[in-house]
Amino acid sequence: MNRIARAWDSDIAWSFRHSPVAVVAAVVSLGMILAAILAPWIAPHDPFNPASLNLMDGFTPPGQPNAFTGNSYLLGTDDQGRDILSTILYGTRISLFVGLSAVLFAMVLGISLGLLAGWKGGWVDSLLMRIADVQLTFPAILIALLIFGVARGFIPPGSREQMAIWVLIISIGLSEWVNYARVVRGAAMVEKNKEYVQAARVIGVHPVRIVARHILPNVMGPVLVIATIGLALAIIAEATLSFLGVGVPATQPSLGTMIRIGQKFLFSGEWWILLFPALTLLALALSVNLLGDWLRDALNPRLR
Amino acid sequence: MAEPLLQVQGLGRRFDISRPWLNRVLERQDRQFLTAVADVDFTINRGETYALVGESGSGKSTIAKMVVGLLPPTSGRIVFDGQVMAGTEGASMRALRRRFQMIFQDPFASLNPRWRVGEIIAEPIHRFGLLRGSAVTNRVGELLETVGLSAQDAEKYPHEFSGGQRQRIAIARALSSKPEFIVCDEPTSALDVSVQAQILNLMRDLQDELGLTYLFISHDLSVVRHMANRIGVLYLGRLVEEAEGKALFRAAHHPYTRMLLDAVPDLALSGRRRQPVEGEIPNPIDPPPGCSFHPRCPLVMDRCRTGTPPVIATQTGRAACHALTLAADV
Repeated sequence: MNRIARAWDSDIAWSFRHSPVAVVAAVVSLGMILAAILAPWIAPHDPFNPASLNLMDGFTPPGQPNAFTGNSYLLGTDDQGRDILSTILYGTRISLFVGLSAVLFAMVLGISLGLLAGWKGGWVDSLLMRIADVQLTFPAILIALLIFGVARGFIPPGSREQMAIWVLIISIGLSEWVNYARVVRGAAMVEKNKEYVQAARVIGVHPVRIVARHILPNVMGPVLVIATIGLALAIIAEATLSFLGVGVPATQPSLGTMIRIGQKFLFSGEWWILLFPALTLLALALSVNLLGDWLRDALNPRLR
Repeated sequence: MAEPLLQVQGLGRRFDISRPWLNRVLERQDRQFLTAVADVDFTINRGETYALVGESGSGKSTIAKMVVGLLPPTSGRIVFDGQVMAGTEGASMRALRRRFQMIFQDPFASLNPRWRVGEIIAEPIHRFGLLRGSAVTNRVGELLETVGLSAQDAEKYPHEFSGGQRQRIAIARALSSKPEFIVCDEPTSALDVSVQAQILNLMRDLQDELGLTYLFISHDLSVVRHMANRIGVLYLGRLVEEAEGKALFRAAHHPYTRMLLDAVPDLALSGRRRQPVEGEIPNPIDPPPGCSFHPRCPLVMDRCRTGTPPVIATQTGRAACHALTLAADV
């Protein structure tokens, strides 16, 4: 109880309560995350069960009964007769899963390499940071495309569909690790010269333990900020890759896949197939990004 | 009584400050070295406080870091209670490490801001496996009370304390492994003057109580006068004079020591003529030849510009100055 009261009184919580943008962004993103997690229970239809699909339901406009079957869908259906609302719920689930996993992977990789470079210095640092510099000269999406293409070459054709999502996560993660590594390296170099680290070295604490117990907790602040903004980036990267047709397969549509399918019908009048997934992606990426912006400002002592 | 605990013999440290290899090749530069400490000898006896004084850049902190093993010496050796320290590793080093500790200059940087005070103080206890379970908590509480804080403070974070209180926490941490020897690197220079005296008195009380030996690094002569049994004066990485504490203030032999003592503000307003400290400490990358103090020395002679002065005995200790050698010869 005391702990909750103290958290409520902390600077961060105060800054959160006094930022309407942050509150709205948090509510929207939390709502979407909840909806995505609960998709199997709250979705009105199962878009992945071919038996429940009726091709006659295809192209039902939102909120109106279908001309042939009389079935009505809140957000309409796509060309296959899949309920758009249900597909969005499941699609958000996939988008969030890929985004979160990619960020987690990029974070673990970036933090480890950043700590290694910052702590060791010398040629280890030079080597890792030159790799990072080279990678930064390419757009992240290009790197992800490249890794995705190469990885697919190694996977037997039979298991490509199931592996696609993991390949996607690794591709996006590998294209984003640099951001974490650079920030962590810089912070680690500052922290390792502080006297509390020297105090631990005087008593001969093992370097791995010093890095994990002393330095890591003190570099996590900026990492949290990048991770939040990185989540929005990863969701967009996943949507872009899926839109380009190299991401998750059409049998497991993510928001990007839905947008790709929808844009084919935009000019023939079936606008809802594109619009609703696009709005969902926009709301998700924007709210997560705004949350990240707020966190960055709240944790920046110079802006307080 | 005079049983040596720490012996420093011919200690030297050179830093490689060369540009990166590629720049050196392209710009045709040689490697550059900075000699922070050269040929320093001193012995600290059990139970005494040995102070090292000098201006910024005189190598005080470098010596402190080498003594506690944070920095390997490039020459010379450090003997702790009969055991040579540099190069020792494994179990014997672990046993040695428990017996010495360090107190740092900046109490705002020496405590990990993410750790509770209790965890900070207990770290050496866990590291050396001295106690376990609830005995650790009791010991931490005891230590906090020893340094004038309360046992409940173990639950708090460092940012909840003032500079003086933080330095007390740092002292409690240093004491937690029951060391015999503590290196104090300017422990009061980051504190308010009113708090300085409290910390110094606490350190003296602890010394009497626990029989501690201190290596005390400072640039503040009034602090050193209060604390030290013996004082070593450093100039540009070399020990220029060493004397018994009170004697140094009565009769300084080396011209640099005299210059430092003259610079101490005269609160009694006795009206004595003071000679201000002139000039600045030279660049250690390119030190002056001969006696490194000669560009600032009022007694400078020809031989000071060419030869390093030998160390000779004085009435109060020892000093390295050509003028003193000459006076002794006559």
